[in-house]
Amino acid sequence: MKIVACIKRVPTTEAQAKIAGDGKSLDNAGWQYMASFYDEIAVEQAILTKEKLGGEVTVVTLGPSAASKEVREFLARGADTGVILKDDHPSMRDPRATAKALAAKVKALGAEVVFVGRVATDRDHSAVGAMLATYLGWACVTEAIGLELSAGKGVAKRETEHGVETVEFSLPAVITCNKGLNEPRRASLKGIMAVKSKTIAEEAFENVAAQVTVSKVELPPARKAGRIVGEGAAAVPALIEALRGEARIL
Amino acid sequence: MQTETPSPYTLPEIKHGFDLTQDQAMIRDMVREFALAEVAPLAHEIDENHRFPEETWKKIVELGLPGIPFPEEYGGSNGGTLAYCLAVEELSRVCGSTGLTLAAHVSLGTFPIYKWGNERLKKAYVPKLIAGEYMGAYGLTEPNAGSDSGGTQTTAVKDGDHYVLNGAKCFITNANYAGTFICTAVTEPGIGAKGISAFVVPRDTKGFRIEKGEQKLGMRGSDWASLVFQDARIPKDHLLGPEGEGFKTFMKTLDGGRVSIAALSLGIAQGAYDVALAYAKEREAFGKHLSELQAVQFKLANMAMDIEASRHLVYHAARLKDANLPYAKEAAMAKLMASECSMRVTYDAIQIHGGYGYSREYPVERMWRDAKLCVIGEGTSEVQRMIISRNILRNS
Repeated sequence: MKIVACIKRVPTTEAQAKIAGDGKSLDNAGWQYMASFYDEIAVEQAILTKEKLGGEVTVVTLGPSAASKEVREFLARGADTGVILKDDHPSMRDPRATAKALAAKVKALGAEVVFVGRVATDRDHSAVGAMLATYLGWACVTEAIGLELSAGKGVAKRETEHGVETVEFSLPAVITCNKGLNEPRRASLKGIMAVKSKTIAEEAFENVAAQVTVSKVELPPARKAGRIVGEGAAAVPALIEALRGEARIL
Repeated sequence: MQTETPSPYTLPEIKHGFDLTQDQAMIRDMVREFALAEVAPLAHEIDENHRFPEETWKKIVELGLPGIPFPEEYGGSNGGTLAYCLAVEELSRVCGSTGLTLAAHVSLGTFPIYKWGNERLKKAYVPKLIAGEYMGAYGLTEPNAGSDSGGTQTTAVKDGDHYVLNGAKCFITNANYAGTFICTAVTEPGIGAKGISAFVVPRDTKGFRIEKGEQKLGMRGSDWASLVFQDARIPKDHLLGPEGEGFKTFMKTLDGGRVSIAALSLGIAQGAYDVALAYAKEREAFGKHLSELQAVQFKLANMAMDIEASRHLVYHAARLKDANLPYAKEAAMAKLMASECSMRVTYDAIQIHGGYGYSREYPVERMWRDAKLCVIGEGTSEVQRMIISRNILRNS
């Protein structure tokens, strides 16, 4: 089975948000990058699927050459090959442009199942997975927390406001992966050393114009400083009063 | 429980490493992540309870860390000495005991069999040691022979197809969990170091037993014990290297071991610095953060410089070994520099923490106690100076 996991290189959680000179993007000076949290779950699910059903896992990302660091990390965990659809200005793309580019690559690879994270932790669109399935004309299961795949079909669990939903679908399909679906493994030493024998291809792609563009970015207002209402048990009434009156959470 | 802030759980990124290969950087990052997630949370508890964390060792084996410097045919990953040192450094940054456990297993418990063992010994033991089926230990030190290891008193007398060993070894790291023990014994008395041979002693050898180790100042999460030989019969083919060359073999083993103890020292120093830096930026005194006081700033500057200099020496010695170039002098320099650096840095880290540093609430007192092992184990600082000066004088 040809399996694809799509990943996105995002700033680490320690990255300081500072608005760039153009007023509509963030200044990325000094940022460190990592793979988006939910994409780790997507790759893990791809590797688990390969281990159960056989096949080959390709990790695909749109981004700069430097994203090879994140791709390598997943090759070390057990993915077989990597593809970077080279884009030096990923922030200019909208989810539709990303989904279109990914759809073309997934088709070319002849994949039967694609795993993506439920959302990328930088832009929070939560849109690429569903759009990708639409472009491919495939089944789409979003925010999966459980998954059983067999020949040509699958059963997934999704957590909703009202409980856990079990859904059935046929392959090919795009699955967006949520926390709880699996526990991503660490790369082992052997996995790291095996990366040398694996390939990461850098390819061009057809970058369609974004339909949605960012016109302005504002940082959230600074939070008000906390207030110590007193010390020890004697302060409890004042604390309750403040939580009721000022904070309105009681 | 220790105080959460500042804690080793939120260590800042080490910027160093631009000159590492991709493999080395990935191994370092993987071990760093593992150390923070799985090793750091236990560091205080295992020290407090003198407990060897078997669960951590299992995970270290699953990740393949014991095989880093060994070839694939034995189950290793052929990652080299520097990558192995990076792993020891990262573990030691959060827990010296865990770094020591790996260093002793690899450099002392496994490497000598791989390097000097006959084919049968290598095939029988090295894959099992790398796969973590059991640990490896190394017995050189005796109650009456430490730095003066040429004064070994354990004897080995040939008897048919066996050697019969009598004597005792002490302070043997990983002994309670080891399946093999590489030990020295005198095969020809009266001629000093040239009469010493090395043996691989399987744990189930009749006449061989393990006795409880002493209480320790630091490294309390690392196991140690004493070994006793009473007419222990070791098969002749368990001789490691030629008869009479055991001392030489052990000294060469220690050259390699020193690089890993240097990495262990470096990790402890880096960990203490990380914690002290975080504390200095958070703690207020005289209406300012400690980090705004020059007395503290200068300490931090010295610590950072000391660590950086040590790191260069440690990585350099490891690279020499990887390039199959002579490295005994550089290994001794790296070990001496990094271990003494770890003493200075942990001492200053406590000083920056003041009273809290002296308390068990903060990890720096543990790091200081752990660091003390580094200026004693695998050759005291005095022995390192002997080795360095011998090398200088021989070549001048």
